[in-house]
Amino acid sequence: MFLINCPYCGERDQQEFKAGGEAHIERPKQPTELSDDEWAEYLFMRKNIKGVQFERWNHTHGCRKWFNMVRDTSNDEIKAIYKMGEKPPSQ
Amino acid sequence: MTKNLRVKSSEYIDETNRVSFKFNGKTYHGFKGDTLASALLANDVHLVGRSFKYHRPRGIMSCGSEEPNAIVQINPGSDRTEPNVRATEVEIYEGLEAISQNCWPSVEFDIGGINNFISPFLPAGFYYKTFMWPASFWEKYEFFIRHSAGLGKSPTTSDPDTYDHRNLHCDVLVVGAGISGVLAAKNAAKNNFKTLLVDEKNELGGSTIFENNEFNKIDNKTPSDWLKKEIEELKSIKNLEIKTRTSVAAYHQYNYLLARENLTDHLEIKNKKNKIRQRLLKIRAKKVILATGSLERPLIFNNNDRPGIMLSSAVKKYSEFYGVACGNKNVFFTNNDSAYESALSLHNKGINVEAIIDIREQSESKIVKKVNDVGIKIYRSYTIVDTAGYKRINNISIMKLSNDGTSVIGNKISISCDCLGVAGGWTPAVHLYTQSGSKLTFDEEKKAFLPNKNTSEQISVGSCNGDFKLDEIFNNLKKKIKEMLNINETDFDNIKVENDQENSKRNIWLLPSDKTLGKTKPFVDYQNDATAKDIKLALREGFRSIEHVKRYTTTGMGTDQGKLGNMHALGIIADTAGVKMGELGTTTFRPPYTPLTFGTIVGRNVGKFFDIFRRTPMNDWHVENKAEFENVGQWKRAWYYPINGETMHQAVQRESKSARESAGILDASTLGKIDIQGSDASEFLNRVYTNAWSKLAIGKCRYGLMLNEDGMVYDDGVTTRLGENHYIMSTTTGGAANVLGKLEDYLQTEWPELDVYLTSVTDHYATASLCGPNSKKILKKIIPDLDLSDENFPHMSFKETNIGNIQCRIMRISFTGEHSYEINVQASYGKNLWEKCMEAGKEFNITPYGTETMHLLRAEKGFIIVGQDTDGTMTPIDLQMDWIVSKKKYDFIGKRSLYRSDTMREDRKQLVGLLTDDPEIVLEEGAQIVSKLNQSPVEMLGHVTSSYFSPNLNKSIALAVIKGGKDMMGKKLFIPMEDKNINVTVANPVFYDEKNERLNA
Repeated sequence: MFLINCPYCGERDQQEFKAGGEAHIERPKQPTELSDDEWAEYLFMRKNIKGVQFERWNHTHGCRKWFNMVRDTSNDEIKAIYKMGEKPPSQ
Repeated sequence: MTKNLRVKSSEYIDETNRVSFKFNGKTYHGFKGDTLASALLANDVHLVGRSFKYHRPRGIMSCGSEEPNAIVQINPGSDRTEPNVRATEVEIYEGLEAISQNCWPSVEFDIGGINNFISPFLPAGFYYKTFMWPASFWEKYEFFIRHSAGLGKSPTTSDPDTYDHRNLHCDVLVVGAGISGVLAAKNAAKNNFKTLLVDEKNELGGSTIFENNEFNKIDNKTPSDWLKKEIEELKSIKNLEIKTRTSVAAYHQYNYLLARENLTDHLEIKNKKNKIRQRLLKIRAKKVILATGSLERPLIFNNNDRPGIMLSSAVKKYSEFYGVACGNKNVFFTNNDSAYESALSLHNKGINVEAIIDIREQSESKIVKKVNDVGIKIYRSYTIVDTAGYKRINNISIMKLSNDGTSVIGNKISISCDCLGVAGGWTPAVHLYTQSGSKLTFDEEKKAFLPNKNTSEQISVGSCNGDFKLDEIFNNLKKKIKEMLNINETDFDNIKVENDQENSKRNIWLLPSDKTLGKTKPFVDYQNDATAKDIKLALREGFRSIEHVKRYTTTGMGTDQGKLGNMHALGIIADTAGVKMGELGTTTFRPPYTPLTFGTIVGRNVGKFFDIFRRTPMNDWHVENKAEFENVGQWKRAWYYPINGETMHQAVQRESKSARESAGILDASTLGKIDIQGSDASEFLNRVYTNAWSKLAIGKCRYGLMLNEDGMVYDDGVTTRLGENHYIMSTTTGGAANVLGKLEDYLQTEWPELDVYLTSVTDHYATASLCGPNSKKILKKIIPDLDLSDENFPHMSFKETNIGNIQCRIMRISFTGEHSYEINVQASYGKNLWEKCMEAGKEFNITPYGTETMHLLRAEKGFIIVGQDTDGTMTPIDLQMDWIVSKKKYDFIGKRSLYRSDTMREDRKQLVGLLTDDPEIVLEEGAQIVSKLNQSPVEMLGHVTSSYFSPNLNKSIALAVIKGGKDMMGKKLFIPMEDKNINVTVANPVFYDEKNERLNA
């Protein structure tokens, strides 16, 4: 059970949060210009890394804000947490 | 009269407080402070159970939670009965009853014992190999296997006890209150850390509290005396909370631990009532100090499982702590100095010790010399090759070990005994450490897997870290807690510690016998009857991974999880396969450390608190009017209102007819309601719905369909424009929370530039939906001032007005196809609104209807229900709802996906109507549809999604999804059922009032 430092509320138990998959996948600005393959890449393809992964999390039972997390999936170490729109920390 | 083996008074046993209890129907006496095990031993009862597979007689092995043999059923036949309880952990109380398990008719005479004699035919994997064939016989085999196997019996009545959960937060959690734990907790608390100290026993002090080895001294006192003083001091320390009878079950990441606090198990039955039995503590600690100690290992030799064979440390604790002699003729068998401490302790109490069998050639330590000096016979470099005594050990045979330890030489010597204490070294209790995700390193010298990680969040101290000697314990403890707590000194920095030195070691995982392995029974896992032979067989058959060997032989898979024998299993595998222990790794230690009751896990979430449910403000009215309810998400919704003993079908037919012929009323409060405000609200709706929203006038309503990014229908509902920058969106009942979450996601992460604010107001409003040709007249009676003409208040429009003093929002929208109004008031006025409508509608025979009638009425109109007619694979085009997908909008969620090659396929499943050729037959929802009968393999075209008997059309109607259904209008298809084939015809899904004339009727 993680202890997650919500950038808006502070440290809270994992059960207040929901994971939202891979981070930094931007919705294409002009979807109609994309080929089926390009659209499928956005829509379906996600990484599943053993190691350092960038993820979206939502404080669903708290402030309901989305934020980003850098997590090492091999040992669940949370390396960084930052707000939506902020640059990911360099590794 | 049974023998009394109470040999000495103990400060932990209250001899003025005699307690009587029953074991296997016979009454015994013990004292307050006894465990069931110590009280039985005091009565000279060693035989307490039978083993799982061979039904061999078994006795008490240990004095703690690692006990594999002495597991009993507590209070059989009562509603508080509990199976598989370790007798070594049960504190006795007046009236306690316990019985042996896994034996029939009795532990003394057990029919299953025959397995012992056919055991050569029951090797590892016997069940896997034997009962494979023929497959159809399995049911017969299973009956006998299940009958003869199994441990205790689970209770059959509901649990009368209450359980609880509690969250705890602390700076420092110390697990285990032995000498290391006590010192760590004391120093943490003294340095202003909020500290919690937990221990599974009811007394603090671990094994040091009865440690009277004269060669170990702390501050010139015996360890026992010194520690007692320390424990006494704990009481006056602030910031320190101590929980005894509390066993840590699990250690998760980020220092989140679960512990079970036992509150009433030690109380008399009359005192258990109206109290919380067990409490699950959910502990989040900033720092965790593991001081979980170590478990003594047995030795693996032929017939090492007889009652009377115990761990050497247990023999010592029963004598020192409980004042009980485990036998009158004691022998110890050892590979280290621990057994000498036990022997001397017994000798000092005047308990006879016959001999010590030591597999080592020598030991130079003071205690060994002392034992020799007091005249106890020591056999050096000897091993036990066999034991005798069916229900209690009475003899051992020993032989000289060869130099390499793989065989025995010389003559057999026979020694008579009634208790054998075995000491095979110590295994650090690293279970919690590994559960936290940390790795172990094998220490060749100590023959133990040790923690190799210490961080500022977690350290392991004392013998769970492999520190067995006092000086090691003190030195490492000092260093580690100073580092972790960032302090300069501890209160035991200058305490002088002396201890005896053990120099000689010899470790043999599997001891040889004069018989070949095939003819011996060296048990590795006592509870599951796995022998060294089984492990070697598994290796011969090709199993290499330790995890596979474990499962094939069931080693370590009992209720004790192999706390005693797992190390030997690893050692035997390593020796046989010729690999190093460290390379082999260990099996995974999974939570819980000791079994938890289901009650503790669920806590208060039982009965009506099992799952939360939501009720509408009108709920009381529905209950008073005998509505039947259905669960929709967490909501309890009125399903139908039977009168005069109607069946569901009769009630729904009546309700449906009334709603169309005169007036009906539905509680629609559960529909999701999201308040949307902001200068970009219109743009936002344009992006989330498939249709256009910019031109919706203030005061108008519009139906919207929401897709997922993959183009599939996600939710639907009517949204009303309340003001220039203000909308109220309604969602499906079940989808409300998810829709809000999804909209928030897009707003926060994709379109943060939009000025839009979302608020869930589902619970703030109560909604009554008034429908039918007389609905207008009824509303007029309630709000005489409101102009209800089609010009002023047309279909798909909205009015804000008052009913008396109550503010209300009325939408003229319809899910039934009838002229209807959705009246919203502040939730607290919901019942009042409902009663007003019922009163005003009396003269029109207003009929309350539930969700079932709502579903029927909308199906007559061909309106979809998201989640019933759709399943996450339907696009709006599949639903034949092309009209709602804007061609002009550049983008909306899911638009691009509607042009993928897959979503544009012509042969996708599409929503159509179905009519049965026989109008009386109502199809089953979910029934499969085919075009040809007697075809193999049958091609399934689709299935029925909604099906009803329509009282208004007087025939059966259905909605279905069918491959290429759009182009099948009028086509004859079949629905094969178990007993018949039903002929159906594809039809327009709008069965009733196709021209929508009734909306303005």
